Amino acid sequence: MPARAPEPTAPMIACHGCDALVRTRALPRGASTRCPRCGHVLQRGRRDSIERTLAFAMAGLVLFTLANVYPFMTFELEGREQEATLVTGSLELWDAGLQELGVLVFMTSIGFPAIQLFGLLYVLLPLRFERRPARHFGAVFRLVLKSGPWGMLEVYLLGVLVAFVKLSEMATLVPGLAFWSFAALIVVTTAASASLDPDAVWSKLEART
Amino acid sequence: MSAAFVTASRAGLMGCHDCGLLLRKRHAAPGQALRCPRCTAPVHDRKPESLQRTTALMLTAAVLYVPANVFPIMTVVSFGKGQSDTIVSGIVHLAHGGMISLALLVFFASVLVPVLKLVGLAFLVISVHRRSRWRPRDRALLYRIIEQVGRWSMIDIFMISILVALVKLGNVATIETGLGATCFAAVVVLTMLASMGFDPRLMWDALEEDR
Repeated sequence: MPARAPEPTAPMIACHGCDALVRTRALPRGASTRCPRCGHVLQRGRRDSIERTLAFAMAGLVLFTLANVYPFMTFELEGREQEATLVTGSLELWDAGLQELGVLVFMTSIGFPAIQLFGLLYVLLPLRFERRPARHFGAVFRLVLKSGPWGMLEVYLLGVLVAFVKLSEMATLVPGLAFWSFAALIVVTTAASASLDPDAVWSKLEART
Repeated sequence: MSAAFVTASRAGLMGCHDCGLLLRKRHAAPGQALRCPRCTAPVHDRKPESLQRTTALMLTAAVLYVPANVFPIMTVVSFGKGQSDTIVSGIVHLAHGGMISLALLVFFASVLVPVLKLVGLAFLVISVHRRSRWRPRDRALLYRIIEQVGRWSMIDIFMISILVALVKLGNVATIETGLGATCFAAVVVLTMLASMGFDPRLMWDALEEDR
């Protein structure tokens, strides 16, 4: 293992965008600093980051369950009805022999968002309640951070909008409870990642081990 | 201009790319990976084989971009008659149906974003190869945009998955997915991986060379 850098007189970080060493400082809530050389965001000031993120993640868990259990959309054409849940599209693609597409749609609309929600709860709950840090917290929290760009709930919602318009001339579409839960889930997961300050989590994890 | 900044690399340090912890620079023994003592991520001074990886993924995506646009992404079969749509013809249909704003959105997400991403990444990779010192701050901004905008290209894929889930009414109406959809999804995933593999710090290393 490489040794950690000697404690400098002022705390520093290396910018991920350009490798410049920049001094860190305490930030007021909502403020953020950008690297003076390349403009990459270096620090985000978040008060009560862990508590807020936990609250949003727990709300997200409820909405995620609703969004996956209840009917997402009902399609009515000439007296015939067809109901679909969130996972139906992935299953249909899989059954049609398009396994790759099915897995991709499943992971981006259900899998990665689930990894983020459950991962956050798994890492942050013991941290918040001063328990022993969760096992493999480093790997789990890294997975949560890495899965960010692959969870595409808001993109999915736009896809629903386009499908809605395409079908509106031939049939009637009725959004179900899961659709509204899904829309709320987008708000809540966005809030969760906006209130998350990974630096605070890493330092707190470090202090507890 | 960069004289005011000392890079971690020059100071004999490296920042963990996953948790940001500053570490003393060290090279791994062959066959061994250095791991961050805080978050257990593999650490390295720069992302390994960044340019090769990005170039390979980018070229694959560029090749697949052709079938993604030539082949239909889906076919609507209604009363025995089929109507196929490619990415572009789907946008044209939206526009003809009067949904200009939606057509523009899909055009932006499905046509413009993949092309601009590929061209932009190619430009960044070439600029690093040539050790360019041209406007590094603007190139850094370009990279951040490329990195964040890619996921929006998935709109069409999600649209298809919803249509496939809903429209299965036997001979009244069904949706069949075309080869174009698989190719297009591959383009989106490959360009996302390509931009993640690119190390923006390489652009700034050229400014360090004669110091």
